[in-house]
Amino acid sequence: MSVYDNESHVIKGIKFGVLPPHEIIRMAKVTVIRDAIYEADGSPVAGGLRDPHFGAIEPGERCPVCGNTRDTCPGHFGKIDLARPVIVPHYGDALHGILQATCRNCGRILIPTDRIRYLTAIKERLKKRWPKLADTFVEEVKREAAARMECPHCGARQFKIRFIKPFTFYEEHPEGERRLNPIDVRERVEKTIDEDLVLLGVDPKYSRPEWMIITSLPVPPLSVRPSITLETGYRAEDDLTHALAEIVRQNERLKNFLISNAPETMIEDAWLTLQHVVASYIDNELPNTYQLTHRRKRALKTLAQRLKGKEGRLRGNLSGKRVNYSARTVISPDPMISVNEVGVPVEIAKILTVPIMVTPYNIEEARRYVLNGPDKWPGATYVYKARNGKKIDLRYIRNHKQLAEGLEVGDIVERHLIDGDIVLFNRQPSLHRMSILGHIVRVMPYKTFRLNPLVCPPYNADFDGDEMNLHVPRLYEAMVEAKELLLVEKHILTPRYGGPIIGGRQDYISGAYLLTVKTSLFTEEEVGQILAAAGYKGPLPEPAILKPRKLWTGKQLVSLFLPEDLDFKGKSKINAGSLKCGSEDCFHDSYIIVSGGKLLMGVLDKNAIGAEQPENLLHIIALEYGVSKARLLLDTLFKGFIRALEMRGLTMALDDIEIPEEAKEEIMGMVDEYKEKVAQLIRDYEEGRLEVIPGRTPEESLELKIIGLLQELREKAGQVAVSHMDPFNDVFIMARTGARGGEVNITQMAAMLGQQTVRGKRIRRGFRKRTLPHFKENDLSPEARGFVRGNFRDGLRPTEVFFHAAGGREGLVDTAVKTSQSGYMQRRLINALQDLVVSYDGTVKDAWGNIIQFKYGEDGVDPTLSYHGDGVKIDRIIQRVAKKNGDRR
Amino acid sequence: MPSKSRRITKKILKHELVPEHRILSLEEAVEVLRRYNVKPWNLPQISINDPVIKLLGGKPGDIVEIRRRSPTGGESVAYRIVVPF
Ligand SMILES: [Mg+2]
Ligand SMILES: [Zn+2]
Ligand SMILES: [Zn+2]
Ligand SMILES: [Zn+2]
Repeated sequence: MSVYDNESHVIKGIKFGVLPPHEIIRMAKVTVIRDAIYEADGSPVAGGLRDPHFGAIEPGERCPVCGNTRDTCPGHFGKIDLARPVIVPHYGDALHGILQATCRNCGRILIPTDRIRYLTAIKERLKKRWPKLADTFVEEVKREAAARMECPHCGARQFKIRFIKPFTFYEEHPEGERRLNPIDVRERVEKTIDEDLVLLGVDPKYSRPEWMIITSLPVPPLSVRPSITLETGYRAEDDLTHALAEIVRQNERLKNFLISNAPETMIEDAWLTLQHVVASYIDNELPNTYQLTHRRKRALKTLAQRLKGKEGRLRGNLSGKRVNYSARTVISPDPMISVNEVGVPVEIAKILTVPIMVTPYNIEEARRYVLNGPDKWPGATYVYKARNGKKIDLRYIRNHKQLAEGLEVGDIVERHLIDGDIVLFNRQPSLHRMSILGHIVRVMPYKTFRLNPLVCPPYNADFDGDEMNLHVPRLYEAMVEAKELLLVEKHILTPRYGGPIIGGRQDYISGAYLLTVKTSLFTEEEVGQILAAAGYKGPLPEPAILKPRKLWTGKQLVSLFLPEDLDFKGKSKINAGSLKCGSEDCFHDSYIIVSGGKLLMGVLDKNAIGAEQPENLLHIIALEYGVSKARLLLDTLFKGFIRALEMRGLTMALDDIEIPEEAKEEIMGMVDEYKEKVAQLIRDYEEGRLEVIPGRTPEESLELKIIGLLQELREKAGQVAVSHMDPFNDVFIMARTGARGGEVNITQMAAMLGQQTVRGKRIRRGFRKRTLPHFKENDLSPEARGFVRGNFRDGLRPTEVFFHAAGGREGLVDTAVKTSQSGYMQRRLINALQDLVVSYDGTVKDAWGNIIQFKYGEDGVDPTLSYHGDGVKIDRIIQRVAKKNGDRR
Repeated sequence: MPSKSRRITKKILKHELVPEHRILSLEEAVEVLRRYNVKPWNLPQISINDPVIKLLGGKPGDIVEIRRRSPTGGESVAYRIVVPF
């Protein structure tokens, strides 16, 4: 039956075996005997690596084998007849196993006859249902056979076989080792009988062990190793051709030695060289072999190198390939579009297309696209006529009007991307499923993709030059799938930690705080501005203050957007330091209470609306009111936050991190005090009076104590700095609300940088017995070992700059190393887990139906819908039930 | 062959890191396979050389029920089939 007839075929499986010599010889249409490729006149050498029998490649050329021209000739294999056999390196282990398990004299497996029958029966039974166990069983059998030192069939004594990768075998005789050359190996494995091989896990029909040693090397056709003509007219041959030429050269050399009866050592030497060259032709990165190179430089890319690695055939061309209907450009923020949308430049929208079937209902629309043509958006690039199956390229059609009028139901119009289309949007590295989300297209001017900044967290994107990829689904199935499964709002909640991954960051948080803080009151005009930005269309609530003029609180405005029956309690981010408060009657406005959809108390900050903050307000709304409600909030209220922030303005200047003179003096005093403490420790150490930490040397103890003291100093300095700051200082607002930066950053800007470390220790590298030439040798004082008492505002002393650079460099190196290592780990984990499925009965199974887990996660909870990992949050249930009962009473 | 110098005693069954193992009766085993709608070879495996299986006298083909504490699920139950090596 031919593959080309109209019957459907189902592939049940693929069987791999060893290519047998008779097959190699049958395939070969030419035997290569010359290493030259071209004659002086430029024609291919007969019996060379470009012999015409490899197939037709030049235009007009007829193949001497099949008579086809280059378009239809499939290409043909050739062969090189090796003067002496060589071992195919990758079969070394298999050969070793067979050599050890079989008799060196009679070739039978080293197991008594009746036991062979018994073991074979077990193996056959296992193979049916327990293929993995059958493999381990075979290993057991091999071990048993290899351990027997006398043949149970002929009584011959056996010796251990030592194998040095990739192709050297030694037999360990009592009087010394003896090398087994490929001919010896082949003679031995030739004697094995098929029944014995089955027990050794070999299918003799497809892989006789003697086939693993070759005398005929197949030479692939030219389509596998095409030569390229450079602009200069020179011909450059493929790396495989170069490798094969080297094999031919070494083979001819060996042949000559054999013919001329050269000394045995020279023959052996040439034979080994041939073995090495053949091994390198198959895999040029084998250990213990010579690499084939291009004039002593670049290593040749031979067979294995074509398949292996990231750019190899498997990972580079089969698992991943370049695609059409995709686009890539820089991203920039647009807080005014929906989180579900993506802004696509017109230029890109005119290239990416979607096929639409012309129906009676859309024929007018389709006509408009055709009329606009390929250059005017929204237009079309191609029309497929149902009538004759022809594809019309609109770029080369002059009369669009005529074509548009002639459009018929059933035609297909390849139209431009338009508003409302769904596309896939992606940012590398694609570490989790939220790295590819579905967005609704919004075609816009200019040349960048526009992204709502609220969707930055799942992509881990920022706008410092990041680029992203866009893919257009072209089938209705794919579009629906993207809309139902991949749309941004369906990924507000993440399975990673059971919380919202999408949410406010940076300005959204500062804005929410400034809108909801007690001191903020808004005039009618301001309220109008904020609500308009947020897209609110209802009536205004009663103002909180009527006289002397109407004023509203931010909390009133926020409440307009919350679900009517929402109840929520929780601490704000600012609930810390001097504003710390555990109780619900919080004077500092740092305890959030939402009751009946009204924000009664507390400011909104990172803990309420932040991204990646489980169990916050956004999380509760997404869980209990649905993700589209949460998305609506992101598209309305959050725009209000930004507007409120814009009205006030948020920025930072030098005086925001300025602290008064007396604070500076206080810090100076503390520095002196701690320097004295450290000096005292050093004196104690030198005089041997230092209290040693258990399990540490005196030196280590001293270091640990000094680091502890200096850390304390920095914390105290930081507290001093913070205590002198105006709470409505913009930098301080950002730190308190969690919008950007923390206490450490403020300390480092305003007070002091503190101890710099490399690998968790004070800095000691640099010069002999000292860090910098500014210090004496063996100086253990803080300032000589990386303590920086300067700050970013006032500047660092020269020595401090060096210490800071040393500490900073470590961070950079760390991140570089960590990303590459975790990337590799990620790859391996995904390869191992990719086919696991949670079945409807809650079990986790692999692709073969094997049970991996009896209940997913052992509790059956979907982390996406959990409260930070908990399937049920009992407090909330009680709260709701109590409230319901209260209502009834 | 494992060395004979170290004998396995019943003591190990009491160790806190050794979960409770129980060999199921034929009826129970059939019920487990039916409940999960799987064939014996789809179950996770446990070696007959496993110390606990040796102590309990499990034979190849037996199904063992293992109850263990789980950080997420409180107590979790797993079933394994005894294999000959
Ligand atoms: Mg970036
Ligand atoms: Zn041909
Ligand atoms: Zn024998
Ligand atoms: Zn308070």
